[in-house]
Amino acid sequence: MTDIYAILAVALTGLALVGLFTAQNLMRRLLALNVLGSAVFMLLVVVARKADSLDPVPHAMVLTGIVVSVSTTAVALALILYAADARTQNSNQRVEHE
Amino acid sequence: MLALLLDSLLAVGTFWLAWQTLFAVSLFRGVVSFMVFGLLISLAWIRLQAPDIALAEAAIGTGVTGALLLSALGRLEDTDSPSFRRLPWFSPLFLSTVILLGLMCLSLVLVVLELPTPGLSPVVEAKMPLAGASHPVTAVLLNFRGFDTLLEIAVMLSAVIFIWSLGPAVIPKTPSAQLPGLPALAALLNPVFLLVAAYLLWRGSHAPGGAFPAGAILGAGGILMLLAGRGGWMQRDQHQGLLRLLLVAGLALFLLVALSGVIITGIFFQLSQAWASELIVLIEIGTALSIALMLMAFYLYGEPAS
Repeated sequence: MTDIYAILAVALTGLALVGLFTAQNLMRRLLALNVLGSAVFMLLVVVARKADSLDPVPHAMVLTGIVVSVSTTAVALALILYAADARTQNSNQRVEHE
Repeated sequence: MLALLLDSLLAVGTFWLAWQTLFAVSLFRGVVSFMVFGLLISLAWIRLQAPDIALAEAAIGTGVTGALLLSALGRLEDTDSPSFRRLPWFSPLFLSTVILLGLMCLSLVLVVLELPTPGLSPVVEAKMPLAGASHPVTAVLLNFRGFDTLLEIAVMLSAVIFIWSLGPAVIPKTPSAQLPGLPALAALLNPVFLLVAAYLLWRGSHAPGGAFPAGAILGAGGILMLLAGRGGWMQRDQHQGLLRLLLVAGLALFLLVALSGVIITGIFFQLSQAWASELIVLIEIGTALSIALMLMAFYLYGEPAS
């Protein structure tokens, strides 16, 4: 049973890497990063499940990782929003100059 | 047999949703697919016997991240333009990269299937009587590997500081004007959010639950409150001190406990065994409150009242 999830985690890793490097849109790249994170979490949990008795240490690591990944997502989104604002302001100024 | 079928269905569905997230033409569809992807993956966590992660994923990975993504999407322009160009299947560079990636994934699968898995559970098991919590994940999070959790709260706090340093908060356009039912719904649901969070917090010492899911659920409730236009207190000048104090509370409490370890036992982060369970409950309450407020602070995308 764990093998299915191991294969899924690897497939998601590959998919997310393709998405990460071909995405034009920054939001899309962020989504790819999140999917990549989930794939890594799944690998960790599969390793925990495959151990002779359920291993709590990877679980704790994944819980920590989820909170860190929401923090990165929030920071990246804030940067994307401010960059988009700056870009529209710039283009408005250019229109006024011309 | 039935379980195998369920697992395969779950895996195929998860993969398909990830594909939609990354390659659907409209970005909105991508974001919504990502939220459903989070829900399906929480089911996968339950199948993998990780209920703590399932709770946190459902609340943070799906709820809060989804709210953050959707509100950002609402503020960006032209999000419906095809943000994804068709994959250049016939370009030799792309094709060779994809083949290389495929080979890499194949070798990764082989490695993962062969992975030796000694596991640390015997070690954790042996030290459980000293931990002050009977649920192994909580014991690892707040006692054995408490330093990781401390650093994680620090990462979250620095993310809040970073976002707030970018500029003033953009007040979310409250949909409550168009949806008069929303404030009523928020008022109705908030006691439930509080109750569930308190229950998870209490449960954390002996069963799946604890500070992370509790904080996430409180935070999700808080974001609902912001959406309903009840977040005004975060903007008021007289509450800024309290807000900042509560944001730092989790980290400060954790650090104080860690430092008191130096004084009492001589080792940084050594919880004294007699008080371990009380200290863990204290840290859990502090971190849950801080996590909830920090998630709400993310949602503001800027410093309030400036």
